Amino acid sequence: MTHAIEISDLKKRYESGFEALKGINLTVEKGDFFALLGPNGAGKSTTIGILCSLVNKTGGKVSIFGVDIDEDFATAKKYLGVVPQEFNFNVFETVFNIVVTQAGFYGISRDVAAERAEKYLKQLELWDKKDTPSRMLSGGMKRRLMIARALIHEPQVLILDEPTAGVDIELRRSMWEFIKKLNEQGTTIILTTHYLEEAEQLCRNIAIINRGEIVENTSVKSLLKTLNMETFIFDLDSKVESPFSIAGYPITFINDGHSFEVEIAKGQTINDVFVFLSEKGLNVISMRNKSNRLEELFVKLIKDKE
Amino acid sequence: MKQSEIFIAFLTIIRREIRRFMRIWPQTLLPPAITMTLYFAIFGNLIGERIGKMGGFSYMEYIVPGLIMMSIITNSYSNVSSSFFSAKFQHSIQELLVSPTPNWVVLMGYVLGGVARGLFVGLIVTLLSLFFTHLQVQNLFVTIIVVILTSVLFSLGGFVNAIFAKSFDDVSIVPTFILVPLTYLGGVFYSIDLLPDVWQQLSLLNPVLYMVNAFRFGILGVSDISVGWAMFIIMSFIVVLFSYSLYLLNRGQGIRN
Repeated sequence: MTHAIEISDLKKRYESGFEALKGINLTVEKGDFFALLGPNGAGKSTTIGILCSLVNKTGGKVSIFGVDIDEDFATAKKYLGVVPQEFNFNVFETVFNIVVTQAGFYGISRDVAAERAEKYLKQLELWDKKDTPSRMLSGGMKRRLMIARALIHEPQVLILDEPTAGVDIELRRSMWEFIKKLNEQGTTIILTTHYLEEAEQLCRNIAIINRGEIVENTSVKSLLKTLNMETFIFDLDSKVESPFSIAGYPITFINDGHSFEVEIAKGQTINDVFVFLSEKGLNVISMRNKSNRLEELFVKLIKDKE
Repeated sequence: MKQSEIFIAFLTIIRREIRRFMRIWPQTLLPPAITMTLYFAIFGNLIGERIGKMGGFSYMEYIVPGLIMMSIITNSYSNVSSSFFSAKFQHSIQELLVSPTPNWVVLMGYVLGGVARGLFVGLIVTLLSLFFTHLQVQNLFVTIIVVILTSVLFSLGGFVNAIFAKSFDDVSIVPTFILVPLTYLGGVFYSIDLLPDVWQQLSLLNPVLYMVNAFRFGILGVSDISVGWAMFIIMSFIVVLFSYSLYLLNRGQGIRN
């Protein structure tokens, strides 16, 4: 079966001697919503750079939809659309020209390009800015412009390198709705992000990279199953006057005694906490996870390897 | 990529390059027009009348081909060097690198963009020169071929400069310290027959001399050197610089990690 992306023994050593990738193996299935996570300098951007020809690899193989980049990179590139981390368009060009020019680089005629530009700029709510020089756009608009530009040749794989960095919450949500729709229509999505809740909510499969090595490569569901401990925050309707403890459940009081954190280990149930609170006559007005579950795993996996 | 797709990509680069220098015309088209008008007025009219004839022509007639060529050289060079370097600087070169456009098309697109500006400025300067003198083209074929080949050659030179440039200073250093002296010493303002023997021989090492003289031959029908030899020199430089530029692009010099 042909995979969307197949990477084997991929290595990259920079001229400085820094080994950014130490022979990673990775497979992304067609139609997947895949997250590539890792701390800064782990090798995410190098991997993406190699995929889209911005970085020369030192060793290994990369295939995009079965096309080996060493044999026919031009065809392989047609399958890919890239939204980089940093803004990389000509700041003096207008929005429309940036998108249509990019289409030209893929050999798409100007008529077709103009139609597609209108379609994607409208979908990304940039059509009214089509004649605006790109430097005049807000940060969020610039991000959307890069998405429109990456989609202009209708790629089968869309790579998004930290696309929501510095984007406000409302815009981030609408951007993800758009990306989710693309994925539902069959586009394979590869995402790197520092917002791990995004990866948990959106992605089906995940790879965690650290110091040039893949430390985990599995489905998000399987990964979350390995979580041994979760911390919940309980908000009470009144202040706790005398701090209490529950056997087997470590508790920390916060918010001046109006809330507390409790650690629930694998095999324990939250019911025990509720029963205790009921007996004490304390009312819970809300309850939530302290931190993102994936974040806890991420930190653990990275620490384990250090 | 199919041939038709490659052609679209090629036209896209050229269109973008032309759009760029037309958009910033006060920086690209206006300065050579003003500078050359001053050259015509001061060197040609005021000083030229005192110099008398050179190569059998009035001084104004003699320097006009050289000044037109100087504009073409400078503008072809700086169009590619500044455009490619600013694409590197803004990272917008990545738009091309991630696309399937072959490197030779990228190179030719940028070079043709430089040629377009060189020719456009050359045309402006030629039209301005008509206010000061009469031009009777003696050999249209040689004139056109020399203009095109020279602008191709210096566009390639600008490309190599931009590939290695790491700052805007690097883009201006070569024109200031190499290109301008070579042009001034390339027989724009004088015939090398006026120079002592040693300096005449040294002048023959200057590639600009061949271009200026070949162009002067096309316009006036006189040249310090053989036009066939000049063509050979220009073509040789083009082959070498094109091959070197393509090698650098394929290697990803200065643009890929």
